[in-house]
Amino acid sequence: MSGLAFDIAHLLGALVLTLSFALLYQRRLTAAINVVAMQAAVLAAAAAWQAITRDSPHLFATAAIALVFKAIAVPALLHWLIRRLNISSTVEPVFGVTLTMGLGVGVTALAILLVLPLTAGETLLLREDLAFALAVALLGPLLMIARRNAVVQVVGFMSMENGLILAAVGVKGMPLVVEASVSFSVMVATFIFGVFFFHIRERFDSLDVSRLEEMQGERHP
Amino acid sequence: MTALLVVLGVPAGAALVLAFIANWRLAAWLNVAASAATFIAAAALFTAERPAPGHLLLVDDFNIYLIALTAFVALTTAIFSASYIAHEIQRQRLTSRLLRFYHAMYQAFIGSMLMALSADNLGLMWVAVEAATLSTALMVSLYRTPAAIEAAWKYFILCGVGIALALFGTMLMYLAAQPALGEGMAAVTWSTLLAHAANFDPALLNVAFVFLLVGYGTKVGLAPLHAWLPDAHAEGPTPISAVLSGLLLNVALYAVLRFKMLLAANPQALAPGPLMIGMGLLSLSLSALMLYRRRDIKRLFAYSSIEHMGIAAFAFGMGGPLANFAGLLHMTMHSLVKAAIFFTVGHIAQVKGSQRIADITGLTTSHPALGWSLVAGVVAIAGLPPFGVFTSEFLVVSSTFARQPALALPVAVGLLVCFGALLLRLHHLAFGPSSPNAAGSHAVPTLSLVPIWLHLALALVAGIYLPAPLVAWFQSVARLLG
Repeated sequence: MSGLAFDIAHLLGALVLTLSFALLYQRRLTAAINVVAMQAAVLAAAAAWQAITRDSPHLFATAAIALVFKAIAVPALLHWLIRRLNISSTVEPVFGVTLTMGLGVGVTALAILLVLPLTAGETLLLREDLAFALAVALLGPLLMIARRNAVVQVVGFMSMENGLILAAVGVKGMPLVVEASVSFSVMVATFIFGVFFFHIRERFDSLDVSRLEEMQGERHP
Repeated sequence: MTALLVVLGVPAGAALVLAFIANWRLAAWLNVAASAATFIAAAALFTAERPAPGHLLLVDDFNIYLIALTAFVALTTAIFSASYIAHEIQRQRLTSRLLRFYHAMYQAFIGSMLMALSADNLGLMWVAVEAATLSTALMVSLYRTPAAIEAAWKYFILCGVGIALALFGTMLMYLAAQPALGEGMAAVTWSTLLAHAANFDPALLNVAFVFLLVGYGTKVGLAPLHAWLPDAHAEGPTPISAVLSGLLLNVALYAVLRFKMLLAANPQALAPGPLMIGMGLLSLSLSALMLYRRRDIKRLFAYSSIEHMGIAAFAFGMGGPLANFAGLLHMTMHSLVKAAIFFTVGHIAQVKGSQRIADITGLTTSHPALGWSLVAGVVAIAGLPPFGVFTSEFLVVSSTFARQPALALPVAVGLLVCFGALLLRLHHLAFGPSSPNAAGSHAVPTLSLVPIWLHLALALVAGIYLPAPLVAWFQSVARLLG
């Protein structure tokens, strides 16, 4: 891969990771949804760039799925849900932004320290993409832990899947079956998440998951 | 090949058809009929010609018995479900609209489990396990109570993260296989992976296995990743508890074992045993302590499922022909007995109108058939002779004692503690003065007791006499597992 082509691929991979960090400090639901949509758009660009430089046209399909579903359709659906259900737009984090960011940096360092020595024989781009991807995939659950809000948990889950597709795109010759299925499952998963919102709303009048936990464990005193 | 296509095609077709049938009585019987057709086709697999390896589907000595077991328990659960839902309709806990959805999802769930078992492709298996997660999450929330929604949400988030980690592990496995198999489909196909596992990159293989163990292990319910399991079992409809415990946990464990076979075939890779032994022991000890404090009857048996999956994982972690044999037998026995217990518990909760253990006493006097079925089931699951669970647990402990006496001690202690907890609860549930029945409680139809007795009878027969061909065949699979 020539210098410029590599630099662009590298830039796009790093952007996906940066946007994961941007997710960690969002206090408004709508902003969090926009950030994850942006991340999906960057992911689509990364997939398309790999399709061009590596001459593997099937990656265009991956890029299209990421762009249409994850960057446009699902965020639009989430925005619609928030308006429809009058969900309060600010989210109080469980622990502070500083601590969350600190943990995020730690997780990223861990991912890099794990992946880089492991893949010594592979191409540089693949090694970095895998490290970024693992970091993004671990930052998703961190976000889900750090916010007790059902919408943010969906956003965290989507961001996690973005990381996984970044990895799948970087791995050379990975059969399309896997990529398509990931995107497909995200679509189905989001649909189901959406169904849950309605029920959670019906029952609790709030999307705060911590309310659910009042009934945790044994229900019979 | 045709038989396998029928096994996979019938549930898929039935799921579509059932989604459009508004009459729940008809749907319940169609559900039974479809499950029966699947079971007959699964039984035919034993004689049918096996598909050539290298395509998307695979039938070998290992998965054929799990396919048959899955189809069998799916059939008996469908029979139980027919009488269970009739009563739920009567109590107005479910509507016919919800049941249309329930039946379609039941078949979709069975179909995706059978797909996961027969997949020859890492990607296909992953998709099937994900589909199984989605369909069960929807069924766990069927009652729409706050508790059920909480359980489904927890199940969904935890298993979603687990399944995502498993996908990362699958990608690493593909990378690990590249030095030997190059790019493309060959590097995600089981049969070729196993044949060339010796030449894989060992470091990548190790890390891939850790991700896969954590990912699929979440679905097995191994501690410390088990948090979703008791909630999902307690809050969903009881037929779903039966198939979750009896089948889904096995399917996830099967996925872990397939990857363990790859590690075993590579001399430089890390030994996967200690990891599985550790998680198995942790699950066993944790559930042993938790069993004492349960106040909900379905939660009680859900923790017992964690215990038994822990024992099976421990046995496979020990490895070697005898321990693997014990693990395979234990998976089978646990499926049969635990499904039977959940069938019984489903009826008990209906006649008593409550899942609280405190509300249920003296079953053997008020409902002799149910009460004694529960006694037999709990005696079997607690590991008392002459049932098959005793045989497999005895084999686990004795084979461990022969090789690692220090490890046999915590296993034996864990088993005894669980045994004590279950018998303590059983004494309260089955004997003593009987508690009042729910208003409008009915006699349990004999037909719906048949699945319970059938399962327990099979476990009893396996405990007394295992036919020689079956033993030989279990042994050949045990050797295959390494």
